[in-house]
Amino acid sequence: MGAVDLSIWAKVNADKPLLSVQGLSKNYGNRIGCADVSFDLFPGEVLGIVGESGSGKSTLLSCLAGHLAPDTGRVIFETAQGPRDTVTMAEAERRKMARTDWAFVHQNPRDGLRMGVSAGGNVGERLMAVGARHYGDIRATAVDWLGRVEIAADRIDDRPRAFSGGMQQRLQIARNLVTGPRLVFMDEPTGGLDVSVQARLLDLLRGLVREMGLSAIIVTHDLAVVRLLADRLMVMKGGHVVEQGLTDQVLDDPQHSYTQLLVSSVLQV
Amino acid sequence: MTDQAYNFAYLDEQTKRMIRRAILKGVAVPGYQVPFASREMPMPYGWGTGGVQVTAACLTPDDTLKVIDQGADDTTNAVSIRKFFQRTAGVAVTEATAEATLIQTRHRIPEAALTTGQILVYQVPIPEPLRFLEPRETETRKMHELEEYGLIHVKLYEDIARHGTIATSYAYPVKVEGRYVMDPSPIPKFDNPKLSNSPALQLFGAGREQRIYALPPFTHVVSLDFDDHPFEPSKAPHDCDLCGAGESYLDEVIIDDLGGRMFVCSDTDFCRTRCEAGHLGALGVPVLKGGA
Repeated sequence: MGAVDLSIWAKVNADKPLLSVQGLSKNYGNRIGCADVSFDLFPGEVLGIVGESGSGKSTLLSCLAGHLAPDTGRVIFETAQGPRDTVTMAEAERRKMARTDWAFVHQNPRDGLRMGVSAGGNVGERLMAVGARHYGDIRATAVDWLGRVEIAADRIDDRPRAFSGGMQQRLQIARNLVTGPRLVFMDEPTGGLDVSVQARLLDLLRGLVREMGLSAIIVTHDLAVVRLLADRLMVMKGGHVVEQGLTDQVLDDPQHSYTQLLVSSVLQV
Repeated sequence: MTDQAYNFAYLDEQTKRMIRRAILKGVAVPGYQVPFASREMPMPYGWGTGGVQVTAACLTPDDTLKVIDQGADDTTNAVSIRKFFQRTAGVAVTEATAEATLIQTRHRIPEAALTTGQILVYQVPIPEPLRFLEPRETETRKMHELEEYGLIHVKLYEDIARHGTIATSYAYPVKVEGRYVMDPSPIPKFDNPKLSNSPALQLFGAGREQRIYALPPFTHVVSLDFDDHPFEPSKAPHDCDLCGAGESYLDEVIIDDLGGRMFVCSDTDFCRTRCEAGHLGALGVPVLKGGA
C-alpha cells in the first residue's frame, strides 16, 4: 500500500499543472454556455464538475477537449514538448493529441464506439491510428484490455451491439485508455446504467485512474460519483463556477446557496 | 461516321474543359479525390458514367480506343461504350491492348504491360475507401486532410478476426506516394501490384459520386497490410483452360448443370493473342489460320 501511494504522491506533487484553463468562455448567441472558467489540473488529479442540466458542464468539457471552439480563454496543456495552448494549435496537432494523450468517454457508449466493428477492432483502432501494424500484437493488447475492464476474452470478436449497456461502457473505456492517455475527459460515464452496474463501473474506473496515474475531468450530476472518484470539485450554475475546492470539503461544508441546495437534494436511503 | 448533332465525344467543350481541370488537379495531387460537376450521360449510373466523362475529356481524333469490362472486350458494357464513342467521336477502336492509346476499363488492368503514352481510365462506383467505416463525408474528408488512416486498418483487422486472413479480394485499399489512401476501384487485388510504377497515366472517374482522381506515370502505390499478414495478390489456382496461361487472372465459367466448370483468362485480348500464337490449354481448340 505504502509504495503505491508514494508513487501516486510523486505524480500528484509534480509542480507543473497538466492542464491550465484561463478565462474560458463560450456563448451560444446571446445565451451563456460557460463564462470565465479558470482552474489548474495537476498530474494524477481527478476533477469533478457538477451542476444541474444546462449549467454549462458539457459545454465546458467540449471546449476543453477541442470539440467546440471557445470564444475567449486559453487551455494550456503540458505536452511532451512543453506547455501548449490547445485552442490556438493546428487542428491536425489537436486531433493527434486527442487520440494519444487524451481520451474522451461519452455518456452514451454508442457515440464513442463503432457499433459495426468487433470489440477487438474497437480497442485496436487507436493503436492502429498511432501506427501499430502487427495484427498479433494489436490483438494481444486488445485481449489484455478487455480483461482489465472485465470483459471475457471470448467476446473479442462480438460486435458491441451484442453487449449490455454496462459492457458497452466498459468497452468504451478500454478503447480510450489503450494508448495510455494522460488526461481523460468523461461526460456522465455512469449515466443510464443501473445502480449495481454503476457501482462496478466506478470501482473499475477508480482502480484504473489510480493504477495508471491518470488525470481526469468528470462531468456528472451524480454527487455519489464525484464523492467516490474526484479529488477536487467544481460546482457550476448558469455557466459560472460558483464554488470549487476539495471534494469532501465542498460536499460536507457547502458555502454557496446553490451547492447547499444540491447537497441537500440527494435522497438518503 | 460521326453523328453530327453532337460535339466531338458527346460532351460540349466547356464541360470537357471543366473535367480536364479536375484531371490536372488529380494528377498534381496523386490519390486525392477531386470533386467535379458530373453530367448526366445517356446511360445509367453504375454503367461507367464517370469513366465515360473522363474518356470524353481525354479523347482526341487521333486516339485509338479500347474498352474492357471485367477484362473482356465483348461484353455489353464494353461494346456499348465502344460504340458510343465510335458514333460520337469517330475515333479508331481496337481490342489489342498494345495498339490502344486510351483504354477505358471496368474493374481490370490488362495483362499485357502498359506503355508510356497510354491512358487507362477506370470506372469507379464508390471512390471513398473509408465510406463503409465512416458514413459522414465531412469526417472522411477531414481524415484524408489530416492523414488519419487508422480506420482503414480496422477494416483489415476485422477481416482477419473474422476470416483468419485478409478476405478483401477486390477494391483493396492502397496508399499513394505515402500520402493518400485510395480505393483502386473494384479491381481484383491480383491487379494491385500493377498500379504501382506503371508507365501509363491512370485516371479514375466516379460519375454518381462526382469525383476524379489520378495516378500519374511511375507513381509509387502500396497495398495496405499488417506486418504479420502481408498483402498477397490472389487468383484461382489454375491455368487458363483455353490458352494455358499460368499467371493471368481467371474467370470461373460454369459449363453445364452437372458441376462442370472451366477457368479462362478474364482478359480476352490476352487469351486470344496467346491462342493465336499456338498456346493451348486443357479444353482449348487450336486456332485455324485465317479464323475458324
